[in-house]
Amino acid sequence: MIDIPTAIRISFRALKRNKMRSALTMLGIIIGVGAVIAMLSIGMGASKRIADQISSIGSNLIMILPGATTSAGVRMGSGTQITLTIDDAEAIQNECPAVSDVAPVHNGVAQVVFGSQNWSTAVTGTTPGMLAIRDWSLDSGRPFTQQDVRSAAKVCLIGRTVSDNLFGEADPVGQVIRIDKVPFTVIGVLSVKGQSPQGQDQDDSVYVPITTAQKKLFGTMFPGMVRRIMVKARSMEDMETAEKQITELLRQRHRIGPKQENDFTVRNLTSIMQTAEQSTQVMTLLLAAIASVSLLVGGIGIMNIMLVSVTERTREIGIRMAIGAKTWDIRMQFVIEALTLSIIGGIAGIITGISASKIIAMIAGWSTIVSPLSIFLAFGFSGMVGLFFGFYPAYKASMLNPIDALRYE
Amino acid sequence: MSQLPEHKRSRRLLRAQDSSKMTLIQTKDISKIYRAGSVEVNALMNVSARIEAGEFAAIMGPSGSGKSTFMNILGCLDTPSRGQYLLDGTDVGTLDRDERANIRNKKIGFVFQGFNLLPRTSAIENVELPMLYNGLPAKDRKGRAEEALKNVGLAGREESYPSQLSGGQQQRVAIARALVNNAAIILADEPTGNLDTKTSAEVMELFTRLNTESNITVILVTHEQDIAEYSRRIIRFLDGRIISDERTGRS
Repeated sequence: MIDIPTAIRISFRALKRNKMRSALTMLGIIIGVGAVIAMLSIGMGASKRIADQISSIGSNLIMILPGATTSAGVRMGSGTQITLTIDDAEAIQNECPAVSDVAPVHNGVAQVVFGSQNWSTAVTGTTPGMLAIRDWSLDSGRPFTQQDVRSAAKVCLIGRTVSDNLFGEADPVGQVIRIDKVPFTVIGVLSVKGQSPQGQDQDDSVYVPITTAQKKLFGTMFPGMVRRIMVKARSMEDMETAEKQITELLRQRHRIGPKQENDFTVRNLTSIMQTAEQSTQVMTLLLAAIASVSLLVGGIGIMNIMLVSVTERTREIGIRMAIGAKTWDIRMQFVIEALTLSIIGGIAGIITGISASKIIAMIAGWSTIVSPLSIFLAFGFSGMVGLFFGFYPAYKASMLNPIDALRYE
Repeated sequence: MSQLPEHKRSRRLLRAQDSSKMTLIQTKDISKIYRAGSVEVNALMNVSARIEAGEFAAIMGPSGSGKSTFMNILGCLDTPSRGQYLLDGTDVGTLDRDERANIRNKKIGFVFQGFNLLPRTSAIENVELPMLYNGLPAKDRKGRAEEALKNVGLAGREESYPSQLSGGQQQRVAIARALVNNAAIILADEPTGNLDTKTSAEVMELFTRLNTESNITVILVTHEQDIAEYSRRIIRFLDGRIISDERTGRS
C-alpha cells in the first residue's frame, strides 16, 4: 500500500497542474462553508440578543395590568380601570405558592434636578422585590427596604443614564436630588442593563419606594392604587400554575362572579420572549439549511472535476496499475485528491465565513456570533462532502481494466 | 476466487525458490476468447509454452496473431479464459486483482513501445513509482532509483523530465523503472518500435547485458526480424496459435 504522505504529495502535484480548475472547484466549497458559517453566526447572534433581552427584563416574569373598563359601551383599553392595589400585591405574595417575588408599580415621568443639572426621566415607585424580579444589582450604595416603603422614605435608586446626566463622574450616593421639587436622597446606583426588548433605555430610570410615589409624587385616585404588579414565578415550570393562582386569587379579591370578565390582565412576558427566541432558532436552522445546499453543490462540483480528472488520466492510472498499484492505491490517490480540494476549500471557507459575518456585523449593525461548533460543523461537513463525492470517481478509476487504460489515448 | 490454503501456497513458493534450474513460466492450453457483441474472437487457442529462468525470448507474429494477448497474460494484466498459467509455480488464474498487481509489482517489469512514463514527472520519480506500491520507506527509494538509473547509463539525468529526454533515454528510464524492484522478468512490448536503428541497437544491447549479467528473463514482442535476432529463442504466433518455436544460434 502506498504511504499517506506520498499519496498527499501526488495529489498536491496533480492539483497544482490545473491551478485554475482546482481553484474554481474549491470556490464551490469555499462559498458553501462560508455561507454556512455566516448564516449560523447571524442566526446565533439574533438568538443571543433575544436571550439577553429575556434575561434583562428578568426571568419567569409575569405582569398583571388593571383591566379594561367599559364606559357607555365604549371599551377603553387595558389599564383604564384602576383596580389593582398594594393589598392585591401583598395577597399574591402571601397566598400564591408558585410566586417567589412580587413588586407593585406606580410610575410616572418627572423632572429630576441636581444642582444646575436637570433631566426628565421615568420614576418608578415599587417595593424591594423589584430588584429580585428584574435580576438587577447595584453598582454602589444599598437598595431600599420594607422599612423605607412603610415609612414612605424620600430615598431613591438611580439608573446609570440618570447618574451620568446629573452627576457626570461624581459619586451620587448620599447626594440629595429633587424629583418634581421633592428632595430625595440617592442611596444607590443601579448597574447597567441596556435596552429593553422594546428599545427603551432601561438605565434611564429612578426607583423610589411605592408609598413615596403614591403619596408625594404622583398621587392616587384611591388609596393604595398601583398601575401594575410585576411577579416572578419560582421556576419556568411554575409559570402556568402561578398565572392560575393569581387569576383565581384576584377574581376572589375583586368579587368577580363566575360569568363576569376579569377586571385585570395577566401576561406571561417570558413566554412571549421565548417564542421569539424559538422562532429565531428555527430561522437560523433554515438559513443554515439553505447555505448547506450550496455546500452540496460545491461537492457535486468536486465530483464533476474528479470524474474529468480520472478520464484525463486514464493512461496514468493504467501505468500505475501495470507497475503494481492495487485497487486501494488508486482509490486512495483520488479520494485524497478530492479531500484535499474540500479541506483546503473548507479552511478558506472558514476564513471567508468569519470575515463575512464580521463585515455583516459592521455594516448592518447586527450582532453575529461565530461559534467553534459552527466552524467545526461546517468543516466536518465539507470533509464529508469531499469524501462522499470523491469516492465514486476514485472507485471508477480503481475499477479500470489496466490493458484498456494503458491503450487509452 | 479459489484461495489456496496459505501453507500450500508458501510451500509452492519455497519449492520454486529451491530449484535453481527451474521453469519460470508455464502455460498449459491457455485460450482467450473475447466477445464483441454476438461474435466470439479467439485471440489465443490452446497455447502451451514453457520458459525457463534466464531465457531471452522473442515473440513474433503479424498483428492479430495473439502475441500481445499472450504477453498481457504473461504479464498478469489479463487472465486466460481457459487453461492454466503458472508463474514461478503460482497459478495466476486463482489470484484476485490485487494479488496479480502484487506479482506485477515484485516479479515483472514492463517496457512498452510508447515508453509510458508519467509526463511532467522527473526521471527519478518515474523510477521510484513501483517502490511506492510495495511499502518501501521513502528514504530507501531514492538510493535505489539512482542506482537503477546508473545501471541503464542515465546517471546525472535524474531530474530531467520525459519531455527533455530523447526516445532512447526515455526507454532506458522505463527499463530502469522495470528493474528497480529487482524483477525476475522483463516483458517488453515492441520496445524499439518508436526508436531509430542506432538507439534500437543500444536498447537491445542493454537487454542483452541485463540478461547475461543479471540473469534476468527477457521476453520481448517484436515484428522486426533484426530485433528478434538479439534473442536466443524465437516463438512465432499466427491466428492465436504457436506455429514455430526455435532456438537461435546466437550467444
